[in-house]
Amino acid sequence: MTQQSVTSARPRPAAEQPQPRAGRKVRRHAWWTPYAFLAPFLAIFGTFVAFPAILGVWMSLHDWDYLMPNKPFVGLDNYLDLFNSAASAFSRFWEGMLATGTFVVASVPLLIVLPLLMALLLNRKFPGRTFMRAVIFMPYVLGVAVVGVLFRFILDPNIGILNFLIESSGLIHVFGLFGVDAPIPWITAQPWAWISLVGLTVWWTLGFNTIIYIAGLQDIPAELYDAAKVDGASRGQQFRYVTMPGLRPVMVFIVTLTVLASANMFGQSDLVTAGGPGDSTRTVLMVILDEGLGAYRMGSAAAMGYLLSVVLGIISIINFLALRDRDRPRRRRRKAAAKGSAL
Amino acid sequence: MTTTVSRPTARSTRPRMSAGMLLRSSMFWLMLAALFVTFFGPILWMGTTSLKTYGEATSIPPTILPSTFDTSAYDTLLSLDGQYPVLRWVLNSLVAALGHMLLVLVVASMAAYALARLQFRGRGLIFALIVSTLFVPGFVFIMPNYLIIDQLGWLNTIWALIVPGAAGAFGVFFLRQFFVAIPTELEEAAALDGANHWQIFTRVILPNAKPALATLAVLSFLANWNDYIWPVYVLFSPERLTLPAGLKLLQGAYVTDYPVIMAGAFVASVPVLILFIFTQRYIIEGVARSGLKG
Repeated sequence: MTQQSVTSARPRPAAEQPQPRAGRKVRRHAWWTPYAFLAPFLAIFGTFVAFPAILGVWMSLHDWDYLMPNKPFVGLDNYLDLFNSAASAFSRFWEGMLATGTFVVASVPLLIVLPLLMALLLNRKFPGRTFMRAVIFMPYVLGVAVVGVLFRFILDPNIGILNFLIESSGLIHVFGLFGVDAPIPWITAQPWAWISLVGLTVWWTLGFNTIIYIAGLQDIPAELYDAAKVDGASRGQQFRYVTMPGLRPVMVFIVTLTVLASANMFGQSDLVTAGGPGDSTRTVLMVILDEGLGAYRMGSAAAMGYLLSVVLGIISIINFLALRDRDRPRRRRRKAAAKGSAL
Repeated sequence: MTTTVSRPTARSTRPRMSAGMLLRSSMFWLMLAALFVTFFGPILWMGTTSLKTYGEATSIPPTILPSTFDTSAYDTLLSLDGQYPVLRWVLNSLVAALGHMLLVLVVASMAAYALARLQFRGRGLIFALIVSTLFVPGFVFIMPNYLIIDQLGWLNTIWALIVPGAAGAFGVFFLRQFFVAIPTELEEAAALDGANHWQIFTRVILPNAKPALATLAVLSFLANWNDYIWPVYVLFSPERLTLPAGLKLLQGAYVTDYPVIMAGAFVASVPVLILFIFTQRYIIEGVARSGLKG
């Protein structure tokens, strides 16, 4: 179903072609032709993806210090150290994991829900719709470095525009009810630092998910809405029984991608809060890069990287299982039953 | 005021708009206006600040537009005193992003052609191997790739920025989806005329996949131009940096001189914003498709 909009751009599905074996003659080629076409890509792929994946495992099993001539084999020690509270890497790694986890838990729900609302809004027909979609998406084409230094300025407690707007609009009195005084320390105190980092990330990347949602919305056949209307479904019911199930595959993709992207958070902390206040926004990726390319303990850093990717893999699988279409077998059975009775 | 609009007049030719509808419609436009300010405002703020004097940029209350357009931030940024070779960073970024883009287009389209149009042993396996790396987070490769780049003698060179990223699975995967959809009749006609596979690839497949190639070109240019982590770690000399890595250096040096930093950020943004304005159809389509095709 999700392929509909894409297939419409395609000339025709293979099944409709009159002679299925027509392509035969074309396929005749020297045995090495395909490999010649693949060679340039595979050379780069082998050097910078396949080989590094193996080299990384090798490094993680050694006390691999970039600056030392000897890199003794240590087995699983690098991994075990990450679970041994007496080891020096232990607290650095898990404090980083905690920071990354905090960011993921705070940002992912916002980046799932807000873009969905935005997509529903921008999927309506109104003049300037394409323009608004472009405006929402525009921040995404800026790099994290630009977004980071820009928000470092906007969030500056003393001269930043955000505090000025909050104070001059009187919103600060609302904050005051919760015991918050001006100027709000967006960068230098918690929970403000997290609020800032999550907020700027939402501003920066919301358009990306919105565009994917809009494409998903356009893939839901209009007949389904017509049928629901005929059955007397309210707009809320249409959303629940037509829109949400129709978006399910897109949702799986967006959740997976957003969790991965949030778990990779680096630039925002590096440029806006410099990991502070304290080390509270020092994400695990910052820790890994410091360990490997700052302190040159590359074996330990490689082990951290693999452990993190295992954790992410498990989260992806859980997410996939949780969002998979549990009703599908039942629905198929029902459909089969309906067909049987019609006959 | 709204009640006059909603008063039912039997012979009214205009479609009746109820008070509720009018309210809803003005709420809608108000919401869009708020969204416009939220998403475009900060970018505008960056541009206007870069044209203010230091005093004006840090004054409270702030001015929206600079009282006098002051280019001293750009003078500082681009001055030839050699401390921060910003023009050099622009050039480095441009060369790296263009080189990367061309390399991706060439190697990914060739590989995609083989995987989409040619029969051979191991095709499924190779494709599965390439696609499976889509699911491995990039940080896993940073440590070993640093060593490999070092061994190749590419540390602190532009090759470190151009080549490794071209191994990404996305380009191959994305183009393959397009190539399989091109009708085989075109290819057969060319083959009957005696075309070999290289000619079929360059004269039949590539011209028919122009939109896909354009999308991939723009996406890979943007990704490379904006890349932050990798350049920060593989480049050391100030004159070898790219703009994003240079911005970090600028921010460190001009902690509160925001006009200068905003000027730097603006210089890094203008090319991608212009690129976005002219190619937003391809970018948005490419992103939408990447979602639909997983």
